Amino acid sequence: MRAAIPDRPRLSARQRTVRRRWLVGLFLSPFLALTLLFFATPAIITIALGFTSLDMSFQGGFVGLTNFRGSLSDPLLPRVLLNTVVYVSGTAVFSLSLGLLLALVTTHVAERVGRVFRALWLLPRLTPIVVYALLWLWILDPTSYGLLNTVRAWLGLPPVDLISAAPRLVIVLVSGLIGASLGMVILTSAIRSIPVEYIRAARVDGASSLSVVRYIILPLIRWPLAFVLVFQSLSLLTSYDDILLVTGGGPFYDSTVYALYIFRRAFQSGRYGYGAALAVVLVAVGAAAAALSWRLLNFKQMLAAPKIEAD
Amino acid sequence: MVPDLAQRPRTLGDVAALARRASWRGRLGRWSLHVTLGILSLPLTLPYLWLVTAAFSTKASFGLVPTGFTLRNWRFLWEPNLGFVSGTAGRLPNVWQVVGNSLILALGTTITVVVVTTLAGYLMSRHGFRHRERVLRGALMLQAFPGVTLLVALFILLRVLGILNSLVGVLLVIASLHLPFALFVMKGFFDGIPWEVEMASMLDGASRLRTWYSVLLPQVRGGIGAVAIFAFLWGWTDYIFVLTFILRRTSWTMALYLSAVIGEYRSVDYGLLAAVGVFYMIPSLLFFLLTQRHLVQITIGGAKA
Repeated sequence: MRAAIPDRPRLSARQRTVRRRWLVGLFLSPFLALTLLFFATPAIITIALGFTSLDMSFQGGFVGLTNFRGSLSDPLLPRVLLNTVVYVSGTAVFSLSLGLLLALVTTHVAERVGRVFRALWLLPRLTPIVVYALLWLWILDPTSYGLLNTVRAWLGLPPVDLISAAPRLVIVLVSGLIGASLGMVILTSAIRSIPVEYIRAARVDGASSLSVVRYIILPLIRWPLAFVLVFQSLSLLTSYDDILLVTGGGPFYDSTVYALYIFRRAFQSGRYGYGAALAVVLVAVGAAAAALSWRLLNFKQMLAAPKIEAD
Repeated sequence: MVPDLAQRPRTLGDVAALARRASWRGRLGRWSLHVTLGILSLPLTLPYLWLVTAAFSTKASFGLVPTGFTLRNWRFLWEPNLGFVSGTAGRLPNVWQVVGNSLILALGTTITVVVVTTLAGYLMSRHGFRHRERVLRGALMLQAFPGVTLLVALFILLRVLGILNSLVGVLLVIASLHLPFALFVMKGFFDGIPWEVEMASMLDGASRLRTWYSVLLPQVRGGIGAVAIFAFLWGWTDYIFVLTFILRRTSWTMALYLSAVIGEYRSVDYGLLAAVGVFYMIPSLLFFLLTQRHLVQITIGGAKA
């Protein structure tokens, strides 16, 4: 083959190696430089910082495990951990149920209608988070101007300040409406890939719509369901920008989840070292949870989702 | 079918009744599904409708129904000194300067991500160089560190590098944290080009660089478009990083501007808030309207929360 290229100058093996190295360097170095400097380095700095007492004045030295030991007696942490459990599990289940419901309904109406509603539910994901938070601030406005209190006024109920009354419910709702679209999109394509003969056969046998959903569709999409639940829970562990904007983590620490607690300790109290130590624990917990669910749920099979195997 | 059945009148009656009932039930069923969808979507449709109507009406801040058309809510566009921000005891920056900053951040992120991943994606897809596996595995492993857990370290790193408070610093951070993901997307697009295309170009005497630039890049236009749109939105909508790394008011982006206006005017002038919100949302809305049809497929790849 090589002999068939007359114009190309023959290169010695050494020249070819040099050329190759040069090429790899040219194409790869921007990627390597940026990821090493702004991703890998901060990851290492975070771990190192966790063992220091660095604070707002940028002073502090190596303190060993003090930060990690100190977190065990942090009086706020039990409440923060409880908030995190409620937020992550509540939001994951709420948005998965909503996403499943949307996927089921939009696949059972005319395609035109279904597409419009699916697009509508993707809107929160594309909306800048500050604008999305503004919508919620209006919905939840404690005076009679907000949507919630307008509706309550129609029903003859007094206005409420839901952020003070039920802060955890608020953060679940706020994140849940963004999260629903992930389940909706993945489950829609999972439902679409179910062979239509299965459903027709059940129909002929006299199955109602609900039994078709219960006995045919749900069992066949269990892998995508599990995937969405796990993936979403893991990303919720580290998400807090919507909470910060809508409730600020308050009242007091009542809607502060773990990731937001790191932010508040580091940037509101200026305890960088302690914040970094908490972040290291979060990374460890997240990685362990990811590895565990990888094992438990047989990830290889899940990666094949939304394709469905009929067995 | 029908003539056959016609010879058995009893059955025909049954079938006709059954058919009538089925179509009636079918219509009812579909109707009730539409109603379910509509009600389910109210918590979304109402707020977005409110946002748009409130931005153009005089007193829409009071509930849902707009009261009269006005452009006064948009005065932040031509009255640069809108008001005081109580917390910081200073004027809001000029909105056009803020838009400029946001564009620098969003376009800078876009260019960085696209250039870096089209280069690296090609190499990863086509070359079996020595540390290829190691680089790919490293990129995957870094995903265990979500950006928010690195916030403290990045703050200190930018401070040491002297690019705290600068848009360039923020854009490099946002771009870098998304590079591994974008690399895998781009690599996927390069993987889809048949080898023969590249081979033909090289046989014609083009260099690797030339082949990459004039033969392969046009083939991955779709991938470049998708990555560019995502990168633009990452930069345009970011809140946490600008909040943490930008302290100087002259470097504010739209996210910081809107949150300052919310802090100042919440419950007082929802019309103004809504107008700023709609203004800030324009690029996202354009993207939404243009790609609505393909959105469902696109977002699978870019799913976040």
